Amino acid sequence: MAETLLFNALREAIDEEMARDPYVCVMGEDVGQYGGSYKVTKDLYEKYGELRVLDTPIAENAFAGMAVGAAMTGLRPIVEGMNMGFLLLAFNQISNNMGMLRYTSGGNYTIPTVVRGPGGVGRQLGAEHSQRLEAYFHAVPGIKIVAVSTPTNAKGLMKAAIRDNNPVLFFEHVLLYNLSEDIPEGDYICALDQAEVVKVGSDVTILTYSRMRHHCLKAVEQLEKAGVSVELIDLISLKPFDMETISASIRKTHKVIVVEECMKTGGIGAELLALITEHCFDELDARPIRLSSQDIPTPYNGALENLTIIQPHQIVDAAQQLVAGKI
Amino acid sequence: MTQADMGHDIAAAPGSASGAPTCSADVTSLVGAHAERLENLYPSVPATVNREEGLMLYRDMTLGRRFEDKCAEMYYRGKMFGFVHLYNGQEAVSTGVIKAMKLQHDWFCSTYRDHVHALSCGVPAREVMSELFGKETGCSKGRGGSMHLFSKEHHLLGGYAFIGEGIPVALGAAFTSRYKRDALGDASSDSVTAAFFGDGTCNIGQFYECLNMAALWKLPILFVVENNKWAIGMDHNRATSDPEIWRKAAAFGMAGEEVDGMDVLAVRAAAQRAVERARAGEGPTLLECLTYRFRGHSLADPDELREEAEKEFWAKRDPIKSLAARLIEQGLATAEELKAIEKEIDAEVADCVEFALAAPEPKPEELTRYIWAED
Repeated sequence: MAETLLFNALREAIDEEMARDPYVCVMGEDVGQYGGSYKVTKDLYEKYGELRVLDTPIAENAFAGMAVGAAMTGLRPIVEGMNMGFLLLAFNQISNNMGMLRYTSGGNYTIPTVVRGPGGVGRQLGAEHSQRLEAYFHAVPGIKIVAVSTPTNAKGLMKAAIRDNNPVLFFEHVLLYNLSEDIPEGDYICALDQAEVVKVGSDVTILTYSRMRHHCLKAVEQLEKAGVSVELIDLISLKPFDMETISASIRKTHKVIVVEECMKTGGIGAELLALITEHCFDELDARPIRLSSQDIPTPYNGALENLTIIQPHQIVDAAQQLVAGKI
Repeated sequence: MTQADMGHDIAAAPGSASGAPTCSADVTSLVGAHAERLENLYPSVPATVNREEGLMLYRDMTLGRRFEDKCAEMYYRGKMFGFVHLYNGQEAVSTGVIKAMKLQHDWFCSTYRDHVHALSCGVPAREVMSELFGKETGCSKGRGGSMHLFSKEHHLLGGYAFIGEGIPVALGAAFTSRYKRDALGDASSDSVTAAFFGDGTCNIGQFYECLNMAALWKLPILFVVENNKWAIGMDHNRATSDPEIWRKAAAFGMAGEEVDGMDVLAVRAAAQRAVERARAGEGPTLLECLTYRFRGHSLADPDELREEAEKEFWAKRDPIKSLAARLIEQGLATAEELKAIEKEIDAEVADCVEFALAAPEPKPEELTRYIWAED
């Protein structure tokens, strides 16, 4: 076990996979000489050279499409979105080509690509740099979507994403890169399609992902003191959802809260609760609760920004009311 | 061509306060700047072909033409659906470029007007026609359709339906070629990629983004502009500030060339030069082929905008007739031999229709197959 920062866990994963497979390469803005704006590819340019760690011009649509063509002809590109919001400019390539091309080609081609980078609401970065594109990309067929939340799952999921033969959208969070913990030594992978039961409990199930996992953990601490037993699940896989793990928990607690950082309308929670209604309708003892960000562009002002996203005390309140039968 | 020749009939005069289109006084042509450019092309040395090569080119172009004529017939008979964009008139470009490259070694990337590119790449007519009929035997298993023809076996990277989106994909294939050679040390990696697209595409960002990256990294790629003057109903000269697309290469420090896109031997010679540069590691070429589509944008287009005089001008330059005349004149083939090839092609086209009509539909239980790499 070694104490590792999350950005270094990602870096280790990419480094190990590049050493393992010469077809794995990285492309994006400032990934090479600069080492990545969050240092996820630090020193890899020196180690692997300018083609394997390719600094691209600022042209998201074109370099995302270039990754598709490279993947179709044998490479396994990892594309960095310097900020995930910039990938709005690559939406066509990610949707039409990464996501749909295998199907429209009748299985002629596979597109083994990873598109990774920082998403989420940071600290006063303004609306455009505070996006949660996981919801926007959710309807695109043919792509897997994961969100990492700890150094341990960041490394294991990155290795799994690189080895997967499908396109994977890999969401990191701008505020989690300096999170530190002991991670397993050496080579390990985490399944891309499995949720993680962070804490076992019996009164209420809380489903969350990415940075909100840590807000939920703060809330769980208070709830435990108040005698509420929470089962906390980190979804990890946003597409497809691990309905097996989710359903098993709801069959136990019969109450569910979704805590998400994306906006409420058309969000991850919207789809998740629709599925829970379909799968677990008879298991629910109370209406499900959705704690989401406001449906607004993220404001710059710090106090307003805090009001935009869910805070731990709101999770505590919601759980207590739900368990007390007040909802 | 000189700068003075540029954009005769529509270019806004630099001093014009209104910026309104002006016509230069010396323009008398009824058929416009596009035709004039063709007539004033600096003569290039056409490719020299032997009998075997000449007949191969003739065969490919004839297949392209007659296949498309059959598509129109099948569409109007209700056997084919959706948007169908035919290539009639532009055959010299597909044949001229693709047949100058190494099949199943080099890579090819097309647009929504992709049937003839697929045929030139060697995708069997049966597979292309089946795809247009939505059958399981189609090159995309009936999942793609007219605008999404793919064949990994024949290195066809695909038909891309949105303007410009295929160019970055082609760039990626060219990048792989260089990556294998320079990052993996495979000296035999010398494949070149040809990306085909039209004049309308030369106004979209991805075109410029990719020219920049291709020149920057000296990628082995040919950007082949099929300038047929019309982006659906938008006259090229109304859509772009400098209609001479090949000149845009200079801004990126890459080779650029304009060529008579109705002359397969001229296109072939230009493609050979570009491929040679690309294989030698000298980077990309922007090749603008002046051509014309004989039919509307798609079979749903009533084609009401284009002047008869313009259509006649280009019809007189039918690339297949020109090649036939040349082959006969040079003693490489007789009229009877060319007729015999046409008969063979007609039989091949009839066969592919018969095959496609009888072919099985995709199985309903396989509706969701091919979403994931594992199935």
